[in-house]
Amino acid sequence: MNWSDVGNALFGGVSQYGAILELVQNSVYAGAILGLVGGLIGVFVMQRDMAFAVHGISELSFAGAAVALLIGVDVVSGSIVGSLIAAALIGVLGARARDRNSIIGVLMPFGLGVGILALSLYNGRSATRFSLLTGQIVSVQSGQLGWLVAIGAVVLVALLLIWRPLRFDSLDPQSAAARGVNTTAVSLVFMLLLGLIVAVAVHIIGALLVMALLVTPAAAAMRVASGPLSVPVLAALFGFVSAVGGVLLAVAGTLPVSPYITSISFLIYLVCRVIGARRDRTTRAA
Amino acid sequence: MSAAAPLRIHGAALERGGRELWSGLDLEVEPGELVAVLGPSGSGKTTLLRAILGLERLSAGSIEALGEPVRRAGNRHIGYIPQQRPLPRETPLRGRDIVGLGVDGHRLGLPLSRKKDRARIDDLLEAVGATAFGDRPVGLLSGGEQQRLRVGQALADNPALLLCDEPLTSLDLANQQAVVRLIDRHRRERDAAVLLVTHDINPVLTRVDRILYIANGRFTLGTPDEVLTTETLTALYGAPVYVVRAGGQLIVVGAPDADEAHHHHHDEDHA
Repeated sequence: MNWSDVGNALFGGVSQYGAILELVQNSVYAGAILGLVGGLIGVFVMQRDMAFAVHGISELSFAGAAVALLIGVDVVSGSIVGSLIAAALIGVLGARARDRNSIIGVLMPFGLGVGILALSLYNGRSATRFSLLTGQIVSVQSGQLGWLVAIGAVVLVALLLIWRPLRFDSLDPQSAAARGVNTTAVSLVFMLLLGLIVAVAVHIIGALLVMALLVTPAAAAMRVASGPLSVPVLAALFGFVSAVGGVLLAVAGTLPVSPYITSISFLIYLVCRVIGARRDRTTRAA
Repeated sequence: MSAAAPLRIHGAALERGGRELWSGLDLEVEPGELVAVLGPSGSGKTTLLRAILGLERLSAGSIEALGEPVRRAGNRHIGYIPQQRPLPRETPLRGRDIVGLGVDGHRLGLPLSRKKDRARIDDLLEAVGATAFGDRPVGLLSGGEQQRLRVGQALADNPALLLCDEPLTSLDLANQQAVVRLIDRHRRERDAAVLLVTHDINPVLTRVDRILYIANGRFTLGTPDEVLTTETLTALYGAPVYVVRAGGQLIVVGAPDADEAHHHHHDEDHA
């Protein structure tokens, strides 16, 4: 490895940037919607203390995709089936936080194991294997990208429709139930939406890195804002910038998309932490 | 007997894990009446409130709330004030949003705020004296301020029946008095019936009409002077219990109800 290799990996495609961009157009759309929805749903993931659940669902989603690859069916469908099974199990068996963590702890290695087994038995292109864990949106076929965009849009709309009861249930489930909110239904629908968007994320940034778009943007937004509108809007913006920025940077070179996305979202988080800490200090001094 | 009683409980019995907590409970709360529910941990006080809200089933008997038999889970027309629990510091809501959950938190559909709702929230904030901190992040508010907001949330539909589950726990004296005043004012202005579960009767003693004391699988119902006596409570517990009055305060000595145990119990009750 020398510096010209590094330069080539980073910027080798700059000369034909426009042409490449046209080819990966759909990837940009998929990244955009995943970033937006990931940021929004992340606010509730944080409030409901479910970061670990996101990770657990993504490992089972990976298992579903890997098995689908092995038996020759649609990989996106496989990841969705895996996701939804995990989301339903966690939602039904893990209503209480303590139970939930142990359920996830049990499911996660099982999911990874099944996925790795399926991938070892699979004889196809090895790049496809690896991409399920660490993501490579550019290798997703355009028909499937259309599906990812559609699923993201459905999750976005559904999330907005249940926004208020979900917010009530996330803050104070007892009062929400007392006021007639069907908290069981709200929780299960939330898990379902979370499962769907995790399945989308697995294809774009990979099962191991899902949290960079489903947790980090919301966590960053909560460092610098506290309003009911400003936090979700900022989280969605951070997610959007990370995902779209990551895709746009990656197509300039030969490196995969994921490290760009995770780095941008981490950088945003760092900046927000610094801003938040500085503001806390001034408020205390005032 | 009044047909208009906001709360009528008839022959109620409650089981927990196959064990009967109590049975044969009859209680009618009239408009404008404040009934305090006292008793040791695990006596089913919180469960009684949850049964009235339709969130828990009685093992026998019936409940009529606001003129209708309790059937569905949850009832928006009943006010419900839970125990004060500090909200996480990073909660992405302002004070007014806590009150707002009472106004539109149950609604499905795009979360667009209506002018009418905003006006209602402003009124509620003013009613509970929370206008000054209505726009501040809720995670930075004190326990007393947060609890005022919860009262505002509970009053969103101007309820004729108000259920309070340990609304004063972990508040300092001044805030306890403030919350009691808010509850009491709503009771008078709306002529609302209030059922208030508490482990400390003192903050509400001067305003209580009747007390339901549950202990040992039995209960006693009557005015504070009837119920809070050494004789009555000794008979109820089946063990020597002394009621001591000192400096306008009332202390129950010897009742097997540790404060620490109580807080644990409250959480488990909801699990």
